Amino acid sequence: MSSIPDLDSKASLRWMWRQLTSMRTALILLLLLGVAAIPGSLIPQRTQNPMKVQAYFTDNPALAQWFDRFKLFDVYSSPWFSAIYLLLFISLIGCVLPRTIEHLKAIGAKPPLTPKYLAKMEFYSVINTQNTTALDLAETWLKKRHFRIRRDSDSISAEKGYLRETGNLLFHLSLILILVGVGVGSLFGLKGEAIVSVGDRFINTPTSYDNLGFGKFQSANSLAPFALTVTDFKASYDIKTNAPTDYKLAVAVANPVGAKPIEKVIRVNAPLTFGNTKVYLQANGYSPMVTVRDLSGNITFQGAVVFLPQDGNLTSIGAIKVPDMQPQLGFVSSFIPTFDRSPTRGAFSAYPEVLDPRLLVSVWTGNLGLDNGRPQSVYRIDTSKMQRIGLKTLKLGEKYNFSEGSITFEGWKPWVNLQIVDDPGKMYSLFGAIFAILGLLISLFARQRRIWIKVGNSVEVAGLAKNSIPGLEPEIAELKTALEGSKQ
Amino acid sequence: MTSTNFAYLSNYCIYSAMVLFTIAFFSHAVEVSFSVRNVDVKTQFDFSRTKKSGRLGSAMMILGFAFLFAGVIFRGASAHRVPWGNMYEFSITGALAFTGAYLFALWKYKIRWLGLPVSIAVLLTLGTAITVLYRPSAPLVPALKSTWLAIHVSAAIISGGVFLLANCVAATYLILDRYERDGGARPNWALKLPSLEVLDQLSYRLVAFVFPLWTFAVIAGAIWAESAWGRYWGWDPKETWAFITWVAYAAYLHARVTIGWRGRKAAWLCLFAGSTFLFNYVYVNIWGTGRHTYSGL
Repeated sequence: MSSIPDLDSKASLRWMWRQLTSMRTALILLLLLGVAAIPGSLIPQRTQNPMKVQAYFTDNPALAQWFDRFKLFDVYSSPWFSAIYLLLFISLIGCVLPRTIEHLKAIGAKPPLTPKYLAKMEFYSVINTQNTTALDLAETWLKKRHFRIRRDSDSISAEKGYLRETGNLLFHLSLILILVGVGVGSLFGLKGEAIVSVGDRFINTPTSYDNLGFGKFQSANSLAPFALTVTDFKASYDIKTNAPTDYKLAVAVANPVGAKPIEKVIRVNAPLTFGNTKVYLQANGYSPMVTVRDLSGNITFQGAVVFLPQDGNLTSIGAIKVPDMQPQLGFVSSFIPTFDRSPTRGAFSAYPEVLDPRLLVSVWTGNLGLDNGRPQSVYRIDTSKMQRIGLKTLKLGEKYNFSEGSITFEGWKPWVNLQIVDDPGKMYSLFGAIFAILGLLISLFARQRRIWIKVGNSVEVAGLAKNSIPGLEPEIAELKTALEGSKQ
Repeated sequence: MTSTNFAYLSNYCIYSAMVLFTIAFFSHAVEVSFSVRNVDVKTQFDFSRTKKSGRLGSAMMILGFAFLFAGVIFRGASAHRVPWGNMYEFSITGALAFTGAYLFALWKYKIRWLGLPVSIAVLLTLGTAITVLYRPSAPLVPALKSTWLAIHVSAAIISGGVFLLANCVAATYLILDRYERDGGARPNWALKLPSLEVLDQLSYRLVAFVFPLWTFAVIAGAIWAESAWGRYWGWDPKETWAFITWVAYAAYLHARVTIGWRGRKAAWLCLFAGSTFLFNYVYVNIWGTGRHTYSGL
């Protein structure tokens, strides 16, 4: 490596640029990028698993604080990770752009001059043939094989395989296109989730979402103007293993809102598409339907409550909150689609479909803590200011009377979790990826090589294969046979 | 034939293949260890007397490959789908791809000497698969029901097989390099192995040949992820390690082609890159979290 020059700003800038665009630096950055990606796969990431990150903070507060300081819970958006890939791409551009210009200039140019001493090149040999016709014969032979030819008075310089560099440059330029696609997606995209029960309608406005994230340059009024009604959801399971075999979601789509609805089906690998926006079926579960009455028999709560599945057989937990009673009521509950019981596990679900449902409720009275302004999970109840007054396993249609009123298990509804994504950058990335593969294949399988023929006291032949790719030796041997064959 | 019959047939084929690979292993071991007649007089060697044993080894490898191939096909037939739904199936197909890559290289580059490490590696993979990872044949979960399964997984498995073969070659290089360093001589068992230069070239060829396929596997995975999960890249642990493997091999190719690394340094880099692939397969599937881990491996 060269030493640092004097403090002449222009020169030192140029020196830094040369260092950054050198192959050695690019290689170090490339390896560094690989190493930097490792912690994100071992430490939970906020973007993938916020619950696990939360758990890390509770279990290991001191360590989690330090991790957070170094952005180890957000590795792939951290300044240090971004710094590595941005430097790598600057280095790549600095390397590839000048080479692209060189390569474009070389289109249609003649191969370089024949070297003075061919004996130093590969596969050098002297041919026993007539000097006068050798060059003509060689030219015809090379032309037939689509070599570029520079013919001088006593020599021919031929080259083939410019495509190799074309492929190489195409590959690297495509990587830039992929990065552009990622950038466009994160700046102009949006991603959100919503839980919708069967029978309910989802209108694509920000308030319909359970959570919604926008790109920096994407505004709330840019949502695609559609609405969909979940008409049916059918999950099929393998009776031997209880594993799911198919999910089929039927929806009635109105696009735009108010238009005549069209029937559509969404499956796990088959999302619904509205231009750039896609609607994915991500998860499913059950919402038990209950009616809660006070002591005088007035209905204080009625409807379906979304419960969260806990295992493969869809044992689900949830919270039924009744804030409109004095004192307030809360039901910490489990929904079991197909009831079974064992001495060790207690009540559990034996099958993910609803065959013999139960609703387990533990009744709490007191203050639900909804008014203190802190956001609360809809699936849990903070029972610190409450008191338990009852416990019951309800069959379908059964009513349970406790000291403050009653609860009836009326039925259930399936719900689905829809993920709605708008990524305007993905087409750039896709084309980038396709071109990258094409470029890679071309650059790895195109053979770049040169062949020279020189006529003096004798006829000399030699060649040079880039990166010593095999195949040139037999080619030159063939040329020799062609030239010698003319002797007669 | 019923599904269960196919499943049994598949298991018999796998067991038979294991027997064949065991015979192949011993044949290759005999070839390597008894090829030198007189250990005291190191200037005279006689390889002819174990030639037959080596040939037998190769024959057993080919036969084992055929049985393994049948085992994989029957496994798919038993579930009416491509046989790539869980780790047992990935492992037997991976062993098939690895053996296939070896047989291809055997035909193209005459590398019978690699039979010893290859047969033991295949035996270990199949043994682990059938004892630890075995799961009864079952239908696919909805997330895996896609044409991309066949495209993405087959590309990944074939790449893996060739990467591991390149690793075997690079490891052999490093072992022999240890002997030959400072002008030392090879031990008797390694006399028939090719020169260091040939090994070096071979591992490079294998990687350069399969790198585009691995790139394709990653891209096919991204396209599938876009249609199944709503994003084409999400830094899921599997994706992250696939990326690390890709970056490591890209670095290896650049180091060789552009900077001109050869020999020891290149072999270490090749080994590192290959081990990121193995880590991805073993760690992320078994202990990892994320969307690539399906229940029951």
